[in-house]
Amino acid sequence: MNWQAALSLFGSVVIIFLIGLLASRSQKESKSFVQDYYLGGRSLGGFVLAMTMTATYGSASSFIGGPGVAYNEGLGWVLLSVTQVATGYFTLMILGKKFAIVTRKYNAVTLVDFLKERYQSKWVVLLSSISIVIFLFSAMAAQWIGGGRLIESLTGLSYTSALFIFVMTVLVYVTFGGFRAVTLTDAIQGSIMFIGTFVLLIAVIVAGGGIPSIIADLQAENPNLITPFGADGTLTPAYVSSYWVLVGVGVVALPQIAVRAMSYKNTRAFHRALIIGTIVVGVIILNMHLIGVFARPILPGIEVGDRVMPLIALEVLPPWLAGIVLAAPLAAIMSTVDSLLLLVSSTIVKDVYINYIKPDATRKKVQQISMGVTAILGVIVFLMAVNPPDLIIWLNLFAIGGLEAAFIWPIIMGLYWEKGNKYGAISSMLVGIVSYSLFQLFYPEPFGMHAVVTSILLSLIAYVGFSKGMEKKVSIGSKLQ
Amino acid sequence: MEKNNLNNSDYRFKIANREALIGVCLVLFNFIWWFTFAYGLGSKNPTEYSYIFGLPAWFFYSCVLGVVVMSILVYIVVKKFFVDVPFENEELKDK
Repeated sequence: MNWQAALSLFGSVVIIFLIGLLASRSQKESKSFVQDYYLGGRSLGGFVLAMTMTATYGSASSFIGGPGVAYNEGLGWVLLSVTQVATGYFTLMILGKKFAIVTRKYNAVTLVDFLKERYQSKWVVLLSSISIVIFLFSAMAAQWIGGGRLIESLTGLSYTSALFIFVMTVLVYVTFGGFRAVTLTDAIQGSIMFIGTFVLLIAVIVAGGGIPSIIADLQAENPNLITPFGADGTLTPAYVSSYWVLVGVGVVALPQIAVRAMSYKNTRAFHRALIIGTIVVGVIILNMHLIGVFARPILPGIEVGDRVMPLIALEVLPPWLAGIVLAAPLAAIMSTVDSLLLLVSSTIVKDVYINYIKPDATRKKVQQISMGVTAILGVIVFLMAVNPPDLIIWLNLFAIGGLEAAFIWPIIMGLYWEKGNKYGAISSMLVGIVSYSLFQLFYPEPFGMHAVVTSILLSLIAYVGFSKGMEKKVSIGSKLQ
Repeated sequence: MEKNNLNNSDYRFKIANREALIGVCLVLFNFIWWFTFAYGLGSKNPTEYSYIFGLPAWFFYSCVLGVVVMSILVYIVVKKFFVDVPFENEELKDK
């Protein structure tokens, strides 16, 4: 076991964790538990908002899985990954002020709240709650596994004990801290990531003898590694471009992102977040994936892609520094997990329990149930992650695409098209989820693109078609009332 | 149904709609920049690549410079075109 690296890794994590606890202390006085626990009282400033967006999205797929794939595919995968830079500005600009204003009018705390008020339909609520729970569960399992792998590679502990340590830390602070604790720690984690990726990238370039010599080594091994087409030339322009939808613009539809887009204090915070977010996402994504590619000539022959990051950090940095730098991806995974956990628990407690089971529950009761559900969920995911599949990136991308296909039109059209109604929303969610799952199973790359593109188009047709077709029924219905 | 009146009831929505459109334009520009440099310069045989700071030119322009350009553009757009609006109802009444 590598004690120095392990100590500095856990040391950094403990500091982050203490801040989470302190934040949860300062939260006790406020008026609405639900608003506070799940939204941080809508009080996020610009820096925190930018960082929490980055950290939430910069998940295990970007920080552990992503560099691992880049290691195998070369610069073509970095090209594919920088499509994520769009998330830094696009998501906030599209949801933007409108979402913040409308959710305040509706008094909405979650994405499902917003959909409920906008479409006034029990089926929209149930359908969206179910898809959030199912898809976010698989996304969460992917994150758990990434965190476990990272601790395993760095410390030499067994995977199960590594996973256990990881899960305990996450659970304690998310259970007691809630949203504000999570977003505050996100801000620290985002900063560690920003600096950490620079340190690691520079160290890798030095260890590889400078960029020209690394590129020359790559070209000597396989010229495809420095083309945009991937190691065996299979990354076509159409396929790579479809990632603009999957990890770029489609991200507006992710519930964990949407909830952040309603939680900021004022438009000044929003404007700052746009600028900071774009820079931070761009730098982190670019650096992280370049590290993966540049690691190849220095440490050839790593077989499990998820271990590239930890191993290269241990190779080129002194162990204590490797520990601190790796606290960055670990932190990213933790914050993603935190926000997913909160989201699934808020879906169950707020959207289902308070809406349909016990609308008059007392504050204390809601508080107990929120914490209890959050903790139980964590334990279930832990059990799922003990026996993990090898590639976390696939699981994660599957979940992301599914959520996007389900939610993108009910959110966007719900905000910008007055004629959109519940029939459109329900049919678009059903068509999105079903077509996406079928494509993934039987025909994963329609028209040479990621399945999410076709599913999103189909769900758009369903949304517009059913909204238009049922227009009469809706207007008759509202006249009768 | 007053709640669902998303476009006319509120002057802030005009601003919000315009800013969302700006977002769409930015992402289209970003995509064109990214695609043109990556596949315009990167489709040659790797032996004919030119290099900037040791990186293949297609990669430098498309990815590295692309991130820098987008950051600057977002900065300019936000500072020039984005308008502060109040969120709280009390602030609204003062207007």
